[in-house]
Amino acid sequence: MPPHATEHATLGPPARALELHGLSVEGVNQCVHCGLCLAYCPTFSELGTEMDSPRGRILLIKSLAEGRIALTDSTVEHLSLCLDCRACETVCPAGVPYGRLIEAAKAEIEHQRPGSLVRRAFRWVNFGLLLSRPRLLSLMAASLRVYQISGFRRLVRGSGLLKLLPGALAAWEALLPDMPPASARAPLPPVMPAEGERRARVALLTGCIQQVVFGADNRATAAVLVKNGYEVVVPQDQGCCGALNAHGGDHARALTLARQTIDAFEGARADAVVVNTSGCGAHMKGYAYLLKDDPAYASRAARFVKSVRDVSEYLAREPLRGPLRPVPMTVTYHDPCHVVHGQKIRTEPRRLLAQIPGLRVVDLAESDWCCGSAGIYNLTQPEMAGRLLERKTRHVLATGAEAVVTANPGCILQIAQGLRARGSSVRVLHIVEVLNRAYGG
Amino acid sequence: MTGERKQTLRRELEAIVGRGAVLSDPEELLVYESDGLTLFRALADFVVFPRSTEHVAAIVKLADREKLPFVARGAGTGLSGGCLPSEGGLVISLMRMNRILEIDYDNQLAVVEPGLVNLHLSWAVGPRGYYYAPDPSSQQACTIGGNIANNSGGPHTLKYGVTANHVLGLEVVLPDGEVAWLGGRTRDPNGYDLAGVFVGSEGTFGIATKIVVRILKKPQAVQTVLAVFDEVTHASDAVSAVIARGLVPAAMEMIDQLTIQAVEDAFGCGYPRDAAAALLIEVDGLAAGMASQLERIVAACRECGARDVRAAKDEAERQLLWKGRKSAFGSYGRVSPAYMVMDGVIPRTRLPYVLDRVNAIVRTHGLRVGNVFHAGDGNLHPNILYDPRIPGEEARVLAAGAEIMKVCAEVGGSISGEHGIGLEKADFMPFIFSEADLELMRRLKEAFNPGGLCNPGKIFPTKKSCVEVGPVAYRPHAIEEKGLAQRF
Repeated sequence: MPPHATEHATLGPPARALELHGLSVEGVNQCVHCGLCLAYCPTFSELGTEMDSPRGRILLIKSLAEGRIALTDSTVEHLSLCLDCRACETVCPAGVPYGRLIEAAKAEIEHQRPGSLVRRAFRWVNFGLLLSRPRLLSLMAASLRVYQISGFRRLVRGSGLLKLLPGALAAWEALLPDMPPASARAPLPPVMPAEGERRARVALLTGCIQQVVFGADNRATAAVLVKNGYEVVVPQDQGCCGALNAHGGDHARALTLARQTIDAFEGARADAVVVNTSGCGAHMKGYAYLLKDDPAYASRAARFVKSVRDVSEYLAREPLRGPLRPVPMTVTYHDPCHVVHGQKIRTEPRRLLAQIPGLRVVDLAESDWCCGSAGIYNLTQPEMAGRLLERKTRHVLATGAEAVVTANPGCILQIAQGLRARGSSVRVLHIVEVLNRAYGG
Repeated sequence: MTGERKQTLRRELEAIVGRGAVLSDPEELLVYESDGLTLFRALADFVVFPRSTEHVAAIVKLADREKLPFVARGAGTGLSGGCLPSEGGLVISLMRMNRILEIDYDNQLAVVEPGLVNLHLSWAVGPRGYYYAPDPSSQQACTIGGNIANNSGGPHTLKYGVTANHVLGLEVVLPDGEVAWLGGRTRDPNGYDLAGVFVGSEGTFGIATKIVVRILKKPQAVQTVLAVFDEVTHASDAVSAVIARGLVPAAMEMIDQLTIQAVEDAFGCGYPRDAAAALLIEVDGLAAGMASQLERIVAACRECGARDVRAAKDEAERQLLWKGRKSAFGSYGRVSPAYMVMDGVIPRTRLPYVLDRVNAIVRTHGLRVGNVFHAGDGNLHPNILYDPRIPGEEARVLAAGAEIMKVCAEVGGSISGEHGIGLEKADFMPFIFSEADLELMRRLKEAFNPGGLCNPGKIFPTKKSCVEVGPVAYRPHAIEEKGLAQRF
């Protein structure tokens, strides 16, 4: 044995740092290839192919970073098929930070393979314009509402014009939710005082798309917080948190939006930043890592992250304040991926629902499996999204519940669409909507 | 393989299984280069995804005609390189054959396809109060087909036996593509026990396509005890002490400090981080008498010096303790970028001696080891931690592994409890088998697999390292050629 051998008794010196698009993927070295993640990965479960499993994708990412393989069509396809649901992280004993790895891989794909001009333009409109500028998004929503209610949509759909659009754009048109009226999209007041004894002051993320499509859920969130003794502030200069950008490989804009979000919320001097959308909450809790190399923001981000709470997580710290009215309904709960896997929040929403009189909660099989919405996945990977949605709706219908309660707008749109397509009248509700009903809202 | 031949074969395979069920892109084949033991890697020419017995038979017939080696693969969680295409050719993935075909509660059996995940069978029959007993630690991902190949055990082997004790019959595609049934649906097969021969043949006798397994009624009561020790030898003594009292625990697992820390980092399961070792002891059966069994276990552990002994207070705590135990191997990812697990079996009474030797051997090679294993039946799992990025470290791991295997053999044990021989332990076979033993095994293999195409390169030593007979030319093992191992 060589005399120096014992020097290696602890972790040896790292080889060349592994990066994709400048983002560290060192986490691949935590994967010991045990495979315990396999059966929990929705795409592996559907396809049975290991390139479409977490373990396989980690090996692809590692091999890409090491220069062992190139970013070929098939590699792009397998990495793009990942939902980024992070179910694998929940079961991974080795603690592989899978979400970060796949985000780095997606950034590399966007860098190396930006795709057609149409695709690039579409991404620029979404990421560069709409998500970055709340006013534009609001204007867009207003125009869409006109398109949807004026009869123009029926005309366009009937005309076959949509067939001329690129696939993703046509799918986008079909999945577009009905825009609520302007009253529902109107901004929330900047400050809402607490009812009863004040427990704390919280700042609410009203979000980008959430505000224009699900403004009602934001109102319900604020109302429930107020009823529970929280003073709610809504920073007026907040925008998009950058989650969709990060998940979609648009790293540079994700950084800008993260900085802007921190700027907007720091001034609120709140005890907590409450979020009611799963992807945003999980992403904002990752700001410290995202901005760790930014000297101006690293320590501010670390502080900010400590204050971010999902609405269920925050409310479940204390028993709900009464009086609560009965909500006589049978419901089941679907765990949004970035709540249950991204933020490890599993018992809190169930504990909240259990406090509502008259509400019966029945178990949902595979409640923590992705419904296929996954950000904009249902647009980019419609086939797999459809298979997972079919699986989800089958389980929902088997419960016999009158409504599915969940905690994320993407899941609500997706599951509702799946149920509608099956001719089911089962409704899909955000948990804050159910809580708000118990308060007479 | 020439590009033209590859094209032709691909077309023929697609004609059998359809498009979207054959892989041949290098990046796609890459992810099939290893199983759970990453020290060994080999690339296939194709990965094929059959959906039926007919598909498997047609693929195997094609392989036989074209003289292509082939190997079946399930979830690829194996730990001996058993499903590696070590000579190229076809990987036949059974992951799309994962249905439960029949559940017969009255006769306590189920008929399943090989790609079914082990735990999913217990989930399916659980609501009616049944379960499938063999519980390898990877049961949340590994398949029943892979369990058949390796005759897998698990923590509850101590009381309930290994996979072979739970398989009644098998439909298999033989290496020439013919389909045969071995065994059946009853527990008393007539003639040779061919199902028994097939189970544990590591994919060298053919490919199981339907499996008849026993399902058991869940025990009325279960109690799980965590015993904490400040000395590893005290824990080893307690294992023998419990058994000496005439108790037959359902499981008796040992977990050492390094492993406890990794597992606690992973899931915070409640093992004390400062313990030198802990025993997880489970008893199950009738509710009557459970309390007294528990008392005797606690007393035995205390007499051997346990610092703390307590029963899991509820099912949630019990599940969490087991989750820790069963995730142990993967948890090593928190303390090391790679590990190699050994699978030695020793007489239980030699535990203190062998554990000392294992630790000394690994230390001598400048490496670290974590131990987590089935203490009750003496099935050791020393996990040698290493960093594949450090030149020469893989070679030292292999050398240490070989020495550990030798110690197991010397004390009257064996080189594999449940992980199979595969590629990894093939050259250790002469430690425990004579040339005559190996010759008999070879003849048995010839009977099933005369062409040698079905999972070649596994189980049998590639060199006459220990028994040099006749003028047989020495052929270095692939890993020697790569400079990863050397001849002793």
